Amino acid sequence: MANGETMEQGNEEAGVGEPLISVRDLVVGFGDRVILDHLSLDILRGEILGFVGTSGGGKSVLTRTILGLVPKRSGTVEVFGQDLDTLNEAQRSAVERRWGVLFQQGALFSSLTVKQNIQFPLRENLKLSQKLMDDIAYAKIEMVGLKCEAGEKLPSELSGGMIKRASLARALALDPEILFLDEPTSGLDPIGAGDFDELIRTLQQTLGLTVFMVTHDLDSLHTVCDRIAALADGKVIAQGPIETMMASTHPWLRAYFHGARARAVRSER
Amino acid sequence: MASASLLDISRSGDEVTAVGHGFWTSEHADVLEEAVASAARAHPRPSAARIDLADVERMDTFGALLLERLRRAWTQDGVEPRVVGLKRRYGVLLQEMSRTGHDPQPPARHREAMVERLGHNVVAIGRDSTALLNFVGATVAASLRMATRPRTFRFTSMVNQIDRVGLRAVPIIILITFLIGCILAQQGIFHFRRFGAEIYVVDMVGVLVLRELGVLIVSIMIAGRSGSAYTAELGSMRMREEVDALRVMGFDPVEILVIPRIYALIIALPLLTFIGSMSALIGGGLLAWLYGGIAPGVFMDRLKDAISIDHFLVGIIKAPFMAGVIGIVACMEGLRVGGSAESLGYHTTASVVKAIFLVIVMDGVFAMFFASIDM
Ligand SMILES: Nc1ncnc2c1ncn2[C@@H]1O[C@H](COP(=O)(O)OP(=O)(O)O)[C@@H](O)[C@H]1O
Ligand SMILES: [Mg+2]
Repeated sequence: MANGETMEQGNEEAGVGEPLISVRDLVVGFGDRVILDHLSLDILRGEILGFVGTSGGGKSVLTRTILGLVPKRSGTVEVFGQDLDTLNEAQRSAVERRWGVLFQQGALFSSLTVKQNIQFPLRENLKLSQKLMDDIAYAKIEMVGLKCEAGEKLPSELSGGMIKRASLARALALDPEILFLDEPTSGLDPIGAGDFDELIRTLQQTLGLTVFMVTHDLDSLHTVCDRIAALADGKVIAQGPIETMMASTHPWLRAYFHGARARAVRSER
Repeated sequence: MASASLLDISRSGDEVTAVGHGFWTSEHADVLEEAVASAARAHPRPSAARIDLADVERMDTFGALLLERLRRAWTQDGVEPRVVGLKRRYGVLLQEMSRTGHDPQPPARHREAMVERLGHNVVAIGRDSTALLNFVGATVAASLRMATRPRTFRFTSMVNQIDRVGLRAVPIIILITFLIGCILAQQGIFHFRRFGAEIYVVDMVGVLVLRELGVLIVSIMIAGRSGSAYTAELGSMRMREEVDALRVMGFDPVEILVIPRIYALIIALPLLTFIGSMSALIGGGLLAWLYGGIAPGVFMDRLKDAISIDHFLVGIIKAPFMAGVIGIVACMEGLRVGGSAESLGYHTTASVVKAIFLVIVMDGVFAMFFASIDM
């Protein structure tokens, strides 16, 4: 159907590899506990970055800090080249329109149907006809692999996997440039998790997304992530493709990538 | 940006050419939708069509969806348009869009007629009443079960609840009843003064407060303050499946969550009623002194003559029953909360409204009862 520019495939927007989000010297703590200790991390345009770390190590806290939901003690967070602290209301909400977030628990609005959930950001941000909003909502519902009928359902009527998909559809409502996923496949069965990984990959290629994915799933790390960053003791202790992780000598990384579960995953492939 | 011409249509012979420009993204989706609609309308049934997108700089789902819409409009008219110049990276996106939704028909929502709604409401009231009776039964059964093995009674939990619904309510109860006492006395004095019968204001305040107002005001306050809290707590526990968790661990949610809360109210409400009544009498006495010139000593003497222990008992006897009703309605509504935030709000409102209604109905029944036994 399409011809035109040559040699392009998938996710190449102008300037692949430039940092879309860069976190510098970030310190976050609660009370006298420091959770993130001078952490620095870049998320590059067009990549799927997997973020691993111990449970309770501060992965969600980092995500929430980048999103501006948790106050930071020091350090800077630059999103699309702008420091969020220096922006005014209007500029901030312009930035917020350009990211989508899938929360760990889904965070669908419980009193709205799936379709209304997806249309909520559309209605608030754009002036569209009801027909177009319906079409968009159903297109997103189908894109994330749900049936159209799911659009009329309330969140309490959905299964765990459907909730994840529906919240993904809502996160994608405004065609964001970057997608934050907090443990998207936890709580799904391995097949469901595999499908979800596949879906993320497809969407990333289709929409040219950048994806920041907090995950524990060794399968996801192997199959979909372009790059992995590992968090320990409040810092990023290693980052790079999966091979770098496997080669690392850090004790936690060795245990993580060479433990019994990891060996099982590897022998399968 | 050039939102003026996102889409140009030209016609040469029988071929229609649509040329896209600029940003086919969500920001311009409203304009583009118009353009697509008018293009399809203005040039129906072309014998050949071409959509040239070489000049489209960026496209997202919105643009792709609208492009697909134009393509389908012409395809329906019997000519498959050729799409040319689309940047390769958008190919997948367009394919994705062409696979989705051929105008899905959302199921029509059923609209209720007036009469139908009336019928539903009547049935709902009937169901509510049986549910209430059921719940009373479950509570009594649980209480009896616990009476046979008192060790299972959650004493700590009840004390904690008494602290929350009783002790912490004291300041606001004192304040409100004090003010009510003042208002009552002021109105009494103002109107009785015309007959030179100011002194009877003591009778009025004493009897009204002890028999009726003390317990009513306190019950209504507690229904709003603690009943709503009970419903919201149990409701959010239900939403997060905590109640189900208790059940599968072999616990009875009624025993663990409901009983301590209801008994806490049954203990706290008579005490609050006592405190409230005293505070109202003090308020009335103070105002009678300042506004009516009835000295505290005179007020006390008159009060002694005007009221008997019966008046006091009538008020206090009612209190535990009011507490039971408030607690049962609140907990029942809490456990009926469904999955959504809206349902939580609905049941919290219902809890307060029903509790206050039942408190007033019960008060009426008690009034008839006490009148017939001459108390
Ligand atoms: N709002 C908060 N107040 C206090 N402590 C918090 C808060 N949010 C998270 N924490 C603590 O921060 C640590 C990191 O949490 P989190 O980022 O959720 O872990 P994970 O890496 O598993 O996502 C945990 O020890 C948690 O107890
Ligand atoms: Mg987490």
